[in-house]
Amino acid sequence: MRNLTGINDLVVRFANVNGTGSASANNMFAMSIFRMGIPMTAKNIFPSNIQGLPTWYEVRVSEKGYLGRREGVDVLVCVNPQSMKQDIASVKSGGYFVYDNTKNLHKDFIRDDINYIGIPMIGICMRLYQDPRQRQLFKNMIYVGALAALLDIELEVVKGIIADEFAKKPKLIEPNVQAMMEGVKYVQDNYSYPLHVRVERRDLVGDSIVIDGNTACGLGAVYAGATVAGWYPITPSTSLVEAFAKYANKYRLDPETGLKKVAIVQAEDELAAFGMVLGASWNGARAFTATSGPGVSLMNEFLGLAYFAEIPAVLVDVQRGGPSTGMPTRTQQSDLLLAAYASHGDTKHVLLLPSTPTECFNLMADAFDLAERLQTPVIVMTDLDLGMNDHLTAPLKWDDSRRYDRGKVYTAQDLDDLTAVGKQFGRYLDVDGDGIPYRTIPATHPTKGSFFTRGTSHDEYARYTEDGVKNAEVLDRLLKKWDTAKEITPKPEFYQTENKSNVGVIFFGTTTYAALEAMDLLREEEGITLDAMRATAFPFHSSVEEFIAAHDQVFVIEQNRDAQFRTLLINELEVNPKKLIKILNYDGMPITAEAIRRQIAGVLATV
Amino acid sequence: MTYIKPKFRHPEMPKNTIGYAKADYEGVISTLCAGCGHDSISGAIVQACYEMAIEPHRVAKLSGIGCSSKTPNYFLNNSHGFNSVHGRMPSVATGANMANRDLIYLGVSGDGDTASIGMGQFVHAIRRNLNMLYIVMNNGCYGLTKGQDSATADQGSVSKSGSVNPFEGIDLPGMALELGATFVARSFSGDKTQLVPLIKAALSHKGFALIDVMSPCVTFNNNAGSTKSYDYVRDHIEALAEIGFVPEKEEITVSYETGTTVDVELHDGSVVHLQKLADGWDPRDRQAAMRRLQAAKTEGEILTGLLYIDPNSKDLHEVIKSDSRPLNSLKEEDLCPGSAILDLINEDFR
Repeated sequence: MRNLTGINDLVVRFANVNGTGSASANNMFAMSIFRMGIPMTAKNIFPSNIQGLPTWYEVRVSEKGYLGRREGVDVLVCVNPQSMKQDIASVKSGGYFVYDNTKNLHKDFIRDDINYIGIPMIGICMRLYQDPRQRQLFKNMIYVGALAALLDIELEVVKGIIADEFAKKPKLIEPNVQAMMEGVKYVQDNYSYPLHVRVERRDLVGDSIVIDGNTACGLGAVYAGATVAGWYPITPSTSLVEAFAKYANKYRLDPETGLKKVAIVQAEDELAAFGMVLGASWNGARAFTATSGPGVSLMNEFLGLAYFAEIPAVLVDVQRGGPSTGMPTRTQQSDLLLAAYASHGDTKHVLLLPSTPTECFNLMADAFDLAERLQTPVIVMTDLDLGMNDHLTAPLKWDDSRRYDRGKVYTAQDLDDLTAVGKQFGRYLDVDGDGIPYRTIPATHPTKGSFFTRGTSHDEYARYTEDGVKNAEVLDRLLKKWDTAKEITPKPEFYQTENKSNVGVIFFGTTTYAALEAMDLLREEEGITLDAMRATAFPFHSSVEEFIAAHDQVFVIEQNRDAQFRTLLINELEVNPKKLIKILNYDGMPITAEAIRRQIAGVLATV
Repeated sequence: MTYIKPKFRHPEMPKNTIGYAKADYEGVISTLCAGCGHDSISGAIVQACYEMAIEPHRVAKLSGIGCSSKTPNYFLNNSHGFNSVHGRMPSVATGANMANRDLIYLGVSGDGDTASIGMGQFVHAIRRNLNMLYIVMNNGCYGLTKGQDSATADQGSVSKSGSVNPFEGIDLPGMALELGATFVARSFSGDKTQLVPLIKAALSHKGFALIDVMSPCVTFNNNAGSTKSYDYVRDHIEALAEIGFVPEKEEITVSYETGTTVDVELHDGSVVHLQKLADGWDPRDRQAAMRRLQAAKTEGEILTGLLYIDPNSKDLHEVIKSDSRPLNSLKEEDLCPGSAILDLINEDFR
């Protein structure tokens, strides 16, 4: 048998039972790799369940810094008999299957092209611990230790992580280290170690951090000065508002009074959550909510009102597998059309498309500025992969001189000044010619600036009108504002200073990791060089249309069935649809570079 | 078409203590049907705010969709208004209140907007004891779509088209009491002497104040057989007490027979003065109110007045411990933890 070999280029997958405390042990493993200076990415593949169903955790170690998911498992750590058969089948030929050999494996489970490494996890625990809960938790540490020995992870690094993990319960540090060392010792006594696939210290992560996108978005909202959040729990967005609450409650607390400079209310449903955001934004606070596709469906009506009444709002859609209730614990980029055109009538919304947690933080802060500048909802489109998985990413940075852009808001003085020159405040008057009117916050002035916010057709002074011409004028001004949005939303990122190929690729969000890796694979292994563009916002900047025009063919890579991003391009730009070729993945798992390479190479080969 | 009232004012028009004339509390001319009960309620709101000397711009008026929800345009022109979407006013009011606890929140809704599409949000605003006055202009029918029965229509009530409502009607005050509302009242659009002091007391109450106002629909539900017609309501009304609202530090000058009056002091020092008409009733006794309401219903009477008040109620902000300043007034210095803290946070993720 040919054993897999290689340093710092492997995928380790853990097969666990949900609710057994494996998540923190698996996380310790991943952080050990990171603290050895090696790029890694971790994916939690979990069931919609609290306890009992199979759950997987996958760590990709990549010296080259590839942070997308990779196909093929080099080392599988099996702690779940339920899924053992499929787990064994998932190991690459020549790979390693680490399992609990307290009981013998059935012969059906033996493949002759993989290596079996038995660690008597339950046996060791039965011998050392009396308490059943301890047996379960320490079992996790035993496999962490065994894996450390097998893959040559520095034990001091693992011990440091254990110490950090239990910093608040120092009594637990020593027993966890001991359990970990039991795993190490068993490998040392029984196997030749390390394996041919292993890790080795590097200095490749710099000052990066490892954080999930939901936490980064929550922090972004704190830094952006959000004071009101109405929300309703839904996977995979729940931890976003929880992160916001955690940091806001900590850093906005007056220790003397116990009062907090934030108001967070768990709403009765997503409709109410978004209603709260609109009420608060209308009243001059920065407000937001986070949800997933089903929540956006429910918020459609309010999104339309916010668009037409021109009320700022920030909404995060952490996309999950659809349609309908779909796959709540799997990832997709399948809410694009829903979000872009949410609500009836001629309605469209600004979308921001972060691809890393760092960008989640930055775009979240930008979202509040843009929402208030444009007086319209801004929807930050992340997904389960970005939101809930840990990503290696640049540290979060904040410029202390940054001021919040509260947009066009008249003060009492402004209103008096208007009167002084004989002008009247008109809530929907396009004073500056950019389609963005001035607003007033309730209670600004005793006798000036009040208006009636409504979803019914209105004139420049917010008065009800059934004059069709007037209504068309308002719709046209909203389009002018849309054009302004194209200029002030983030620009796309181009990966070449000038176009070199007649073929381009467009991608966005979490597809970026795999797309960039696929570009390398195509160039290195197929000799194909492509020009690439990463979209970061909707509506599209003029450079998007130019990029498409400059290429004969453009692959549009995205994670949904209907090529929704491609539809947006066709719908909003003057482009030839035939040029835009779909590259899709919608199985709920993050797209891989290999899948992209296969599809692109296949298309180019047939031309 | 817009309905703008002439700005001409009589120079000797009486003014309240802050120098506003009653006309300063009015809105544009109503587009509702002539004789609509809702317009009387708008008038009562104007009267109450004028007499209480509320600065109009300190009021935020919010509504959903329907005839009732149009009315915020017809009062308090110097207040910001928000005509939201059907049944969703409570959530918008909640967010607005979260953003600025210092304003007065006046929500106006109808029986369709509250008891059908808006039931979910209505009950949760009560649960949270949101500091607002929530007025239901209750006519038992859908006026804007020409007279269909609403969920508050009484069983057996006959509509203009002659059909008999086969379903049980929802009693909003009864439900509010059950849900723990801290101020529950019912009134009648035709009874300003009761409605105006009720509105004043409700505006002074700290917490969720519901006033369910019977407001007959002159066009679609004022026929014989309807239990929400003017005639029926007048014939079956039973007031619990004569109510007076006494602003802070004003002495009660009228003397009443011992044992027949109840004075409830509110958090701002004002007093609700009630001269009891019904025996064995105390507006601070929730269970008594629920029993009394049930009894009236059984007898086919429409019980009006202040049914229940908890003068010590805690509003949402007190419960969630949010800052005493309006959150919308806070700036970067108050809100942004800054780059040094962010560096420390980064360290937690290495």
